[in-house]
Order: sequence, then structure tokens, then C-alpha cells
Amino acid sequence: MISISGLIGQLFAIVLGLVLAPLLSGWVGMCRAWFQNRSAPPLFQPYYTLHKLFRKDVVLAHGASSLFRTAPFVIFGCMLAASAIIPSLSTDLPLAPAADTIALVGVFGLARIFISLAAMDVGTSFGTLGARREMLIGFLAEPALLMVIFTTALISQSTSLTTIVETLAHRDFVIYPSLAFAGIAFTFVSFAENARVPVDNPATHLELTMIHEAMILEYSGRHLALIEWAASLKLYAYSCLGLALFFPWGVAGSDNFIGLVAAIPVLLLKLGIGGVLLAGIETVNAKMRIFRAPEFLGTAFLLAVLGLLVRLLLETRV
Amino acid sequence: MTALLPFSTQLINLFASVILLLAFSMLAQRRVLPLINMFALQGATLCLSTLVVAFTTGQAHLYWSAGLTLLLKALLLPWILHRLVRRLNVKWDVESLINIPTTMLVGIVLVMIAFNVALPISQLSETVSRGTLGIALATVMLAFLMMITRTKAIPQVVGFLAMENGLFLAATSATYGMPMVVELGIALDVLVGAIILGVFFFQIREQFDSLDIRHLEKLKEN
Amino acid sequence: MPGLLSIDALLIAACCWLAIGLAGLLAPRNFFFISKTLFPLGALVGVLVGLLALASLGQRPEVAVLAIGLPDLPFHLRLDKLNAIFALLLGFASVGISVFAAGYFRKGEGAAPGLLCFWYHLFLASMLMVLLADDAYAFMVAWEGMAMSSYFLVTTDHQHAEIRRAGYLYLLVAHLGAIAILLSFGVMTSGSGDYSFAGMRAQHLSPMWASVAFLLALLGFGAKAGLVPVHVWLPEAHPAAPSPVSAMMSGVMLKTAIYGLLRVSFDLVGSPLWWWGVVAMSVGLVTALFGVLYSTVQSDMKRLLAYSSIENIGLIVVGIGLTLIFHSYHMETLAALSLTAVFFHCLSHASFKSLLFLTTGSVLHATKERSLGRLGGLIHRMPWVAWLALFGVVASAGLPPLSGFVSEWLLLQAFLFSPGLPHPWLNMLVPVAAAVVALVAALAGFTMVKFHGIIFLGQMREENLKDAHDAGPWEKFGLVWLALLGLFMGIFPSTVIAVIDGATRQLLGTGLAEQVREHGWWMLAPISPERASYQPLILLIIITAAVLLGRQLVHRLYHGRLRRSPAWDCGYFFQSSRAQDTAEGFSQPIRRIFEPLFRMRRHFPTIRDEKPYYSVEVEDPFWHWLYLPVARLTQAISLLIARLQGGRIAVYLLYSFLTLILLLLVARP
Repeated sequence: MISISGLIGQLFAIVLGLVLAPLLSGWVGMCRAWFQNRSAPPLFQPYYTLHKLFRKDVVLAHGASSLFRTAPFVIFGCMLAASAIIPSLSTDLPLAPAADTIALVGVFGLARIFISLAAMDVGTSFGTLGARREMLIGFLAEPALLMVIFTTALISQSTSLTTIVETLAHRDFVIYPSLAFAGIAFTFVSFAENARVPVDNPATHLELTMIHEAMILEYSGRHLALIEWAASLKLYAYSCLGLALFFPWGVAGSDNFIGLVAAIPVLLLKLGIGGVLLAGIETVNAKMRIFRAPEFLGTAFLLAVLGLLVRLLLETRV
Repeated sequence: MTALLPFSTQLINLFASVILLLAFSMLAQRRVLPLINMFALQGATLCLSTLVVAFTTGQAHLYWSAGLTLLLKALLLPWILHRLVRRLNVKWDVESLINIPTTMLVGIVLVMIAFNVALPISQLSETVSRGTLGIALATVMLAFLMMITRTKAIPQVVGFLAMENGLFLAATSATYGMPMVVELGIALDVLVGAIILGVFFFQIREQFDSLDIRHLEKLKEN
Repeated sequence: MPGLLSIDALLIAACCWLAIGLAGLLAPRNFFFISKTLFPLGALVGVLVGLLALASLGQRPEVAVLAIGLPDLPFHLRLDKLNAIFALLLGFASVGISVFAAGYFRKGEGAAPGLLCFWYHLFLASMLMVLLADDAYAFMVAWEGMAMSSYFLVTTDHQHAEIRRAGYLYLLVAHLGAIAILLSFGVMTSGSGDYSFAGMRAQHLSPMWASVAFLLALLGFGAKAGLVPVHVWLPEAHPAAPSPVSAMMSGVMLKTAIYGLLRVSFDLVGSPLWWWGVVAMSVGLVTALFGVLYSTVQSDMKRLLAYSSIENIGLIVVGIGLTLIFHSYHMETLAALSLTAVFFHCLSHASFKSLLFLTTGSVLHATKERSLGRLGGLIHRMPWVAWLALFGVVASAGLPPLSGFVSEWLLLQAFLFSPGLPHPWLNMLVPVAAAVVALVAALAGFTMVKFHGIIFLGQMREENLKDAHDAGPWEKFGLVWLALLGLFMGIFPSTVIAVIDGATRQLLGTGLAEQVREHGWWMLAPISPERASYQPLILLIIITAAVLLGRQLVHRLYHGRLRRSPAWDCGYFFQSSRAQDTAEGFSQPIRRIFEPLFRMRRHFPTIRDEKPYYSVEVEDPFWHWLYLPVARLTQAISLLIARLQGGRIAVYLLYSFLTLILLLLVARP
């Protein structure tokens, strides 16, 4: 039944996601700068950027259609829905039954299709380049992600995120090698999906090396602001998903208001550490050629399959 | 689903999984130096796993086995290989007969076969680490695959040595190690084999001016 | 009328369709009468068929016997839950297609519309009879009627040689399939002479003969459905036929083949063996992967959709295989889950694939172009068609909240809970099969982005595209009808599953309806909400609310100003339509990754070319591996036999003389 604390928790999770996502991107940017021995932009820079972009006029190409104008809103809506469903603070989310992990992957796919179509809309070569590369990465990342979900679902006997978190968080500490495999595979996939080095450089300005940036070349003003916000929401959602699947300790149970409040610093700490690690991996690696990306994702896929097989062999008594 | 396995079994399973992961990543490696380092890491993990088994079951000779493994597989052999690489002055990319994604797909199929073959056998065994028999068999097969699909000489040697790693893991998991005599004998064989192969490499390079084993195909009747 | 059973009403509907067709023959050139009166009438009959089927899902099975047919084998007909679902599919899908066809056929184009009307309604009537048939003879008569009428529909524009060739190939493979089906029926009667389905049900076949019957049925029905390797007719016939016909064939006719397969493997043969499921699943996986890979590299929009149909049929057969495996191990809940996924996918594919084919019809009408390299930017001229095609694209890619996602979700759930199978090999193979299904679904997304993006978005690649016009009112109605069907199935899956459940219960003995009904009409939780749940309505509401709220907030807090200017394009001056991707260019990454699987003929530009060009053609490898060698062998054998026909009369007389002597020797008293 929907309780008041559940509703509050849900609304709070949505607002927190909206607020924290640019902060997470800013934190990762700061860590990258520190690792590369540069002076860092301020932590709240993404907020200033969003404010600047919202204030500007939208400059629309002559050939852009209504699809181009609605796509940023749809993408933002999808990412918002995704971050509303993932249990980052507590498992008492009334909206969580709306989608399990497979549906979550579907929601990400919906956003990806819309942004690819919007990229193809203006009819420039860079737009179609970005669209085709994004769909290439997407079609390989999705099966790998689904295999990761399978492994975690086999362990917790469910694909519902709240059940997975509850099962793993409240069990005695057990080492699951299959989860380790799945975790590595998930990291590979999230690097590919969030357009991070080594798959795509989010700070590049060389058009021929772009994937995500090439798709949003023609966007400006509030549309661009929404897309940037959606991208940081996607990173936030993936991080929370990873934390929910692999490090679920600290997430409050249902009807537990104090637990909810106590879960906030835990989440901030986990996201902070994650951001540092992300920046570190980005600094140590170089961006790979676009045609190495399928191999990269294929490795992720095979690791996930390996985790599944190890689960079937080692951890079940047949 | 898992009636909670004892902690030692979980640790052993973890180490076995790491060994499998390393076998897979050796299969996917492109460069020689990381390949040798991964082999060393595999030896070290094997040693740790043997130590846990020794600690849990109290079999003293396993401590000796672990020490021997550490000495030989994690320190001595990698050092020999590194020296070989430096003297032969080769730091190439590893070329393979079939491309890497296909190799990995074949690897997954081999892992499935190994797991299926090992499942009934491991049900008969009584040891604390019986689940890892499948992983050991898979490691052997992956190392064999690596030997088959590599065209340069040093990765083939690493494959041969990794096979022995897998055999050792199988022995530890199913029967708490082999009799000490057998183990010392195998260790000696492997050491001597590595040294002889090292000598051969120089000969091959003298003859063909390259370490690509496909040149050896010229040694046939017609 | 008291005493009028649903099956009688359905028979009357079939006769109505026949009558409408014949009426078309009366005035073959009277264009207005045919397209504005007869086709809408046919659509009304379709609504009737759909409603009757829906009503009969709540009733008991009914049988009827028609006095026509052979002297001692009249037509037996039967309406139970299984064919009610497919009749529902036929009825509702044909409404949209018939109404579209009413607006599609223009004056003075192609063959006489009366003839087209006749064949079209004969096609509809024979499909209904295939579904209702309860004995082998009626089934084969209706099956052949279906093949005949669709052949004539495919070769409507028979002036073109390649259309004739496509029709010939279609007929050839259809007859191969028909022979296999006939043999399968023969095996199932096991010599008793009783060709009715009830008689076949009563037979107890040994496992070997049952397997023979199943494999023959898989081959025969697979030839009509488009399973690899007997799929070669599909990519030829669908582009050759007019678009409403392609939509009907792809949306409905392929499902009659699936109906036949389900009828044989679950109903007529009795208890299936587990390895049949493995065979079906492997064939389905190969078909799905082949279909989606080849659809990615096509440059003709209808061929792309044809290969995509092959992919979806492959997925359906994977579901059937999974159901067979679970059923043979008596894991009935999981079998019910995968069978529900199969039925749902049949229904949803009928709606979105027909929608997509019909939109290509509109595009073809407006631009006269079929090749993707000559389209583009049509969203500005044809907004209705473009947005409705977007519906079809999102559904075809299997994305929430539309119907394509639900069947994929159910199938993946069935795969997920399968470890627990007693067979260790199956336990490991099934999750990997699930990964291949996921790969196929993701690649389908790639294809659909290519389809929509290159046709409707971007700049126009040819000058004459500026004159394109949007679809007419009839066409719009047909498209909207099909899109609404897909939306309804996507948003209210529990309702649809409750409807389908009767058939699942009939074939397997259990169904999902209790668990599904328990949680309300807005949630789909086939096993339990803790296990997995999906609420498409809530998801749609969240996303729509976020979109609308976001838009309002942004416009309120900031502003809604907009300026138009040339595209930025990183400051490049050359922004012509040639700079954007061609169809081949968009699929280049796929061609590169999966290169060994394609058979390509490429021409690269050289330095010496005066007009350098690049061309790539991807051919179907099964032609070269299977069909051409078989054709050559057949030709060689027939050449050998043709030597018998020496031409000399003395030799022919000698043949008769020799035969006479032989018979006298053999039949000596």
C-alpha cells in the first residue's frame, strides 16, 4: 500500500536525482582536472552552465522538424523516470513496480532511439555519423547489460530492483564471484553507455571522434540544457543502478524515515568514491578506435556470460 | 538458493573465479608483457587458493605445494620469460590465427563444455573445494586454445605453462593435491621444458630470422 | 437469432467476403464503386469477425460440418480458443488494411481494381477457412486457396519481369511447404483413413513417427512463415506486392502458419518431446539473427521490412520452442508464460508490421520511390505518416510503452526463470539463447532507426520529393486504427493476457490469468510483483508528466523564444543532401562487424575511373548454398531423363513393347 513516507521518499528521490546529477558531473570533472594536474572548474559549474543555456534563445536549423523539438523533452522525461525507479535512498518507492530492470533497459533504449532520430533530423553528415555510432554502441551494450541483469536476477530470484536491493543488502555477507564478473561487465557497459573514455571522450571537440557530442551538435538554448541535464541524469541513474545491484548496503527499508535520512550521506559517499574512480579510469586510459568498441563491449558481454556460468556451476547445489 | 557455504569454500570459489578470469584475459591479450604478468598473477592466486585449502583441511604437504607454486610459477618462470623477451628483443603484439572476438566465443563454448563434463564428477568428490573442478578443466582447455591460436612462440609457451596451472588446480580441488613425488616431478619437467624451449627459440630465430611459428611449416617433405 | 453459433456467424462472414469479391468482378473497372464501397464493406465484415472471435473466447468450442467437399469427407469446422485468437487477429488487422486499401488504389494504376478486389477478399475468406478447418482436406483446400489468391495479388503488376519471378518463387516454395504439411497430416492419421483432426488427436503415435510429423510440420509451416532456409520467397514477394497486400501477408498470413504449427505440435500430436523444443528454438534463433542482420543492410524499404518480418517470426518460433521444452518437462507455469509471449507477439507484430508496410505504401504513393537512397526529409511533407511510422518503429524495436516490449519482456522472463531445468546442458544454453534474443532486439532498434531516419528525417535526397503529399483520409484512418491497436496492447497488457489466457489454458492446461488478474488491470506481474512487475500505464504517465511539466516550467521560468538559421554543421559550408548518410553508409558498421556472414559484391572506385562510384550489394547466401545447387542438380537429373525422349517413333514403340513383355513375364500365372 502507498504510505505517506513512501510518497515523500519517492518525491524526495526524484528531486534529489534532479539536483545531484549535475553535481555528480561537476565532481567527476573536478577529479579529472586534479588527476591531470590542471586547476579544476568550480564544483557547481554544471548548474551555471544549465542556467546560462536556459536563458539563451533556441537557434533552430531550417530543416529541423517537430521531432527535433520534442526529442529533448522526451529524453529528459525518460531519464527522470529512470532515476525515479531506481532505489537509491530507500526501497519504499511507490513508482518502483512500474518498471523492473528489463523495463529500465527498455526506457534507456527509448531515449537512445529518440536522440538518434533527432540527430538524423537536420540532415548533416555529423548527425548521421553520431546516430549510427550511437546505435552501434547501443546494440552491443544492451545484451551485455541484460546478461548482467540475468546474473543478479538469478541470485536474488527477481528482476524487480527493490527486491534485488532488499535481498542483497539484508543477507549475510557472502562472496559471490559471479557478481564480481557481472560488476566488471557492468562497469564496461556503463562506460560505453555514458560516453566516457575509453569509448567516447565527453570533452572532445574533434568531430570525427565524437559519438554523443556529434548527435547534439545542432541543439542550443533550453533544448541543449535539457539534453545535458538528461546526460548527467543518465550517469547518475547508471551509478545508482550499479550501487543498487552490487553495493546495496545503506539503502533504507520501507516505512523507515530515519533510515531514509541516514541513507543520504551514505549515497553521497558512495557517489563520491565512484566519481573519483571514474575520473581515475578516464585519466589512465586512452580513447579507443571506434572499431575496437565492439570488441570492448563483446568482452563485457562474455564476462557477463562467464559470470552466469560460474553462478550456475559454483553457487548452486544441483 | 545457496544454503550458506562455509567461508573457506567461498574464498576458494573466489580465487578459482579469478584464475578463470585471468585465463580468459590471457586469451584476449594483445601484448606479450602483460601476458607474462597475468601468468605470474595466476600463479600467485593459485598459491593463495592452495594455502586456504591447506589451512582449512590441515594437510601439511599442501603448504609445501603452495610454496613451490609461488616460487616456480609466480617468480621463477615469469623471470625466465621476461629475460627471454629482453634477450630476443621482442615486444610485439600477439598475432593470432583467428581474431580475438571469435577466440573468446570459442572460449565460452569450451567453458560450457568443461562445466558440463565436470558437474557429475564433482558431485562424487568429498573435498571442500569440489566446485572448482569445472573451473580447473576450463582453465586447461582455455590454455590449450591459446596454444593453438597463437602464431608467435612465447605466447605458446605461456599457454603450455598455464595448462599446468589448470592441472594443479584440478588436483587440489578434487583430491587435496598430488603425492609430493609426483608434484616435484611435474615441477621439474615444467622447469626443464621452459629452459629447453628457451634454447629452441634462439635456434628458430637463427634459422628463420623470426619467431613466427608458421615458418616452421616449411619443414615438410615436398 | 436463437441457435446461431459463433461458428455459423463466422462462416456467414466468410461468405460475405466471397460475395464482396465476386461483386467486384461484376464491375471490374468501376473504380469508385470498388474502392469506396466494397473495401469499406470488407472492413466492416472484418470488425464483425473480430468481435465474434472475441465473444467466442468466453464460450465452449463449437463444431460444424459443411456439406461440401468429398463424398465421404465433408468439411469439418471447429472454433475453439486457439483459432479464436488468430481469427481475432485476422479480423482486426484486416479492418485497418482494408480501409487503407480503400484510399490507396488510385484510378488508372495497374490492374483492374475489380480483379484485385476479388483476389483480396478471396484471400481473406480462405485465411478464415484455414483457421476454422477441422480436418486435413478442408485445411488443405483453404491453404491452397490462400496460396493461389496471394500469388495473384503478388503478381498484380505482372508487366515487370522481376515481379513475375518473385511470384513464381513464392508459388514454388508455397507448394513445397504444402507437400510437407500434407505428408505431416498423413503421418498423423497413421494409416487409419480418418483425416479429421479429432481422429488425429485420438491416434497414439510412437515417438519416432510423432517426431517425423513434427519435423514435417515445422518444414511445411516454416516455409509459409519464412523460417530459414525456406525463407527466400519472403524478401522477393513482399516488395513485389502492392503495399496493402504486403501488409496483409506479413501481418496475417505468416500468423496462419504459426497457428498451424501450434495446432500440430500442441494439439494434434499429443505429448511433445524436449528435443523438438531445442530444434525449434535453434531454428528460431538462426532465423531471427539472420533476419535482423540482413534487414540492417538493405537499401529497399520494403525488403528491409520483409527481413524484419523474418526476424519476428524467428522470435515467435523461439518462444514456441521454449514452450515445448517447458511443457515436456511439465513445468507448466513457465510454459504458460512463454506461450502467452508467443500469442502476444503474434498479435502485436500483426499490428505494427502492417502499420509499417502501409506507411511505406503511402511513401511509395507520394514519391514513387522505393529505394532508401532517393528518399529523405518526408516528415515536412507527410507529418501524419511520419509520426504514425514512428509509432510502428518504436513498437518494432521492442521499446516501452508499446506492445512490442511486452512480448519481449514476457519472453525474457520465461528465459530468466528457466534454470531449474533438469537437463544441465539446457540449463546453460537457455540463458545464452536469451542473450541472442536480446542482441536481436537491439539490432532491430538499429534497423528501425535507419528505416525511419533515412525515409522521413534529414534532407530530401531527390528534388521531386518536394511534391510529396500526405496520406488521404481513408489511409489515415487505417494507419491510426493499427497504431491504436498497438498502443492499446502496450498499455493494457493484462487485459489482453486475460483474453489470450483461454487458449493457453486449452493447449497447456494452465494459464496466467489468475496471477495477472490479482494485481489489477494496470500492472503486469505474471508470477508475483516481487519477482517482476511492469506497469506500462504508470510509466507512460510518468514520462508524459515529465515532458509536459518540464515544458511548462521551462517556458514559465525562462522563455520560449526561437530563431531559425542555417544548420551549424561545425561551420562546414557544404551542406547538401549528399553529405548525409546513405542507406548503405548507415549500416556500414554492421557490415564490418559481421562481414563473414554477408555475401557482398562490392565495387570500389579506382584512380582510373572517369566517374568513380562505390556500390555494394548484399545477397542472400542461402541462394548460393542451397537453392542454386539444388536447382542445378534438378536440371542435371531432368536432362538425363530427357534423353529418354529421343524423338524417334520406333524407340517409343519399343518402350511400349518392352513394357508389355516385362508385364507378361512378371504376371505369369
